[in-house]
Amino acid sequence: MSGKVQYTLYHPKWYRRHVSVWWWLENRSYTTFILRELTSVSVAFFAFLSLWYLRALAQGSESYARFLQWLRTPLFLTLDSVAFLFILLHAVTWFNLAPKAVALRLQGKRVPDGIIAGLNYLAWLMLSVGVTWILLRG
Amino acid sequence: MGRPITPLLWALFSVGGTIAALLFPVHLLLTGLAFPMGWLNAPSYGYLRGLVAFPLVKLYLFFFISLPLFHWAHRFRYTLYDGLKLKHLTTLIAVLCYGTALTTSIAAAYTLWTIP
Repeated sequence: MSGKVQYTLYHPKWYRRHVSVWWWLENRSYTTFILRELTSVSVAFFAFLSLWYLRALAQGSESYARFLQWLRTPLFLTLDSVAFLFILLHAVTWFNLAPKAVALRLQGKRVPDGIIAGLNYLAWLMLSVGVTWILLRG
Repeated sequence: MGRPITPLLWALFSVGGTIAALLFPVHLLLTGLAFPMGWLNAPSYGYLRGLVAFPLVKLYLFFFISLPLFHWAHRFRYTLYDGLKLKHLTTLIAVLCYGTALTTSIAAAYTLWTIP
């Protein structure tokens, strides 16, 4: 037992299966997973759109009117529709996962998953009604 | 990436995701579809300026824009790693994602600050 002993950092594997970039199309649950992960792109899109909206509003009534015209173009109506569907997917998957992330206990007993998810949906409904009510008053 | 910052980034991801889930659908449905398509009457410019003048509305709009972007930064980072197999670009991707979220948040704060 003399000389330097060399260790490889990883267990050597002589055969590695090549994984394509499109691996997530092979199986339905992988596809759902990637679609769910891609909802973040729509989230960013709408955050940017909201900032653009706010800037138009800050710059005066003319630039605001110009911005509203942009929103009426087929390009934006299409982008907004697609983003809306992805954001709905985000909302539903998010609320359904909430009971897994928040293990709430009351008097030592775990609150059932359905109640936690249900409270999320209730908050969603109430906030949506509230926002609509405020915006429709103008 | 520095380890101590990881819990903070995860908290931002989680709060931002909740805001996006609770508030984005209704806002996007109204401003992106219902108002432009004429399904509902859009609020007037004056009414919206009046709303944005409230400090509480400013705060709402800041969190509305900023936190979901941190949610995006966190999730999109892992989408790029796993989906496109870009694990070797970890640092670059993290800097780009969180940098975008941070600069856009600053732009939002500045815009809100300039609105009287």
